[in-house]
Amino acid sequence: MSALDPTAPPPGEGAPKGDVLRRLRGNPTFVVGAFIFLLIFLMAIFAPLLAPYDPYSQSMSNRVVPPVWMERGSWDHVLGTDGLGRDYLSRIIYGARISLLIAIFTVITSGLIGTTLGVLSGYFGGKVDLVINFFIMTRLTLPVVMVALAVVALFGGSLTVVILVLGFLLWDRFAVVTRAATQQLRNQEYIQASRSLGFTTRQIIFRDVLPNILDRLAVIATFEMAQAILLEAALSFLGLGVQPPTPSWGLMVAEGRQFLLFDPWLIMIPGAAIVVLVMAINLAGDGLRDAMAPENRN
Amino acid sequence: MLLYMAQRIGLAVCVCLAVSLLAFLLLNASGDVAAAIAGEEATPEQLAAIRAELGLERPWLVRYAEWIGAALTGDFGNSLFFQRPVSELIFYRLPTTLTLASLAAVIMLSLAVPLGVLAALWPGSFVDRAALAIAVMGQAMPNFWFGLILLVVFSLMLGWAPASGSATLGHFVLPAIALGYYSTPPMMRLIRAGMIEALASDYVRTARAKGIGTGKVIFKHALRNAVIPVVSLLAVQFGNMLGGSVVIETVFGIQGLGYLAWESISRMDLPVVQAILLIVAVFYIALVLLSDMANAWLDPRIRIQ
Repeated sequence: MSALDPTAPPPGEGAPKGDVLRRLRGNPTFVVGAFIFLLIFLMAIFAPLLAPYDPYSQSMSNRVVPPVWMERGSWDHVLGTDGLGRDYLSRIIYGARISLLIAIFTVITSGLIGTTLGVLSGYFGGKVDLVINFFIMTRLTLPVVMVALAVVALFGGSLTVVILVLGFLLWDRFAVVTRAATQQLRNQEYIQASRSLGFTTRQIIFRDVLPNILDRLAVIATFEMAQAILLEAALSFLGLGVQPPTPSWGLMVAEGRQFLLFDPWLIMIPGAAIVVLVMAINLAGDGLRDAMAPENRN
Repeated sequence: MLLYMAQRIGLAVCVCLAVSLLAFLLLNASGDVAAAIAGEEATPEQLAAIRAELGLERPWLVRYAEWIGAALTGDFGNSLFFQRPVSELIFYRLPTTLTLASLAAVIMLSLAVPLGVLAALWPGSFVDRAALAIAVMGQAMPNFWFGLILLVVFSLMLGWAPASGSATLGHFVLPAIALGYYSTPPMMRLIRAGMIEALASDYVRTARAKGIGTGKVIFKHALRNAVIPVVSLLAVQFGNMLGGSVVIETVFGIQGLGYLAWESISRMDLPVVQAILLIVAVFYIALVLLSDMANAWLDPRIRIQ
């Protein structure tokens, strides 16, 4: 792409829309990731139909039944039962709801905060940029897990608190990337043209800037969703996230810990569920990034 | 260079102050601290006693000024649980966490550097694919889960490593692997991308054309230029490892700063939590500052900007 080539898209604008869709379909990384994500998403939505048992119903006579592929396992409980005799498969299916709720709402919160700060700082520059940059630096120095643990301990562990804490902590990447992208766009001719035509700043930001950084936002969103899922799992594992008896995958690993020696499958299964979901999101994100900017791939 | 250093140091001090204010406000101005400490069954008299003991009825700005003033002299108050100075507790725990994080950084680099360089030398090769697989796994595994698996396999089943505690260096190996592996993928990607760019550059082509051996070109010319962003990332990751140690130390029962943080948070021992948050943040700021300095020294273009 030469600087003198008049047909070259401006930096940040990327490839035309139809092109991106076509490349996404032909990108195996994206297709596999998105497909697995979609499956888990559907599993979460239709959990009541798919789960063979109530994820909360305990059975003291059926405790720690191993999964079907192990000795003593049976088709009654395909993934076995936990220490309280609750069906593990049903808890895994319902657990997808928690992870996805956290991922989606955290990214909406952090995306709003980060994009607002990033666009403002990139568009206005000067003092606004200095102040917002300082916010970003301060945020980066905060140890995320420790702050999140402390806040959950103060306010009590619930889905809303976890989402808000993570949302208010994970906006830095959105801000850094949108800031840089907006700085690039600010001096583009079409934005200068809009400005001289008398469009208001608000109109320029919503009609000229945001649509052109949407692709990058999508890539960061996948990355932050993965982060949010891993962090929720860690918080719940440490006992300061989603509270029992809610079926959160991280919490299930914590509950399985007492059976570590003889029944390690109790921690393997929920952990594997986290890995599959996070990996699917990361693959989709990688594919998305490559499809948006094929020239950056090497 | 002096001006550049002065600017960076000034900024670092400002960020330190901002973080300290944030840590203080987070734990003091949010919610009812006395109620959080006393628990749900506390009587109003007990709450009043706690408020009086901690001086909670005074304005927060006064309390912050007192806290930060004392903190500058190394006095972080007393732990509510241990009834001992917080600085003393932290002083005993910090070396453990620093050992863990250093070992994790060594493991991370010894995985990321060779894999990143080899993957860059032969893109699309078996090594490149293996590196990619390691990266994809590393970014998807919760580190506490990976730690538990290491624990089950290498200490409970094979008996190669001790399961918990921090008595010998052997105790640190498994937790350091769990902590280090998580930071490997970004480092590996950075090294791979930097090397590919450097290897395609004019100065490497010139060096090759001059007849300099491949090994020398890779290590002296290409790697040296790819190393600048690596220093920055290393500083950031080391800082994150200190904060992230809270999860791994809990899994392996290592009595470090992270474990202390988790225990203190669970016990609402706020002076300790506040001090740990501040110290971890200050370490992070100092590391980033040092890496900025190192990079300005390595690459004169940075300090002129």
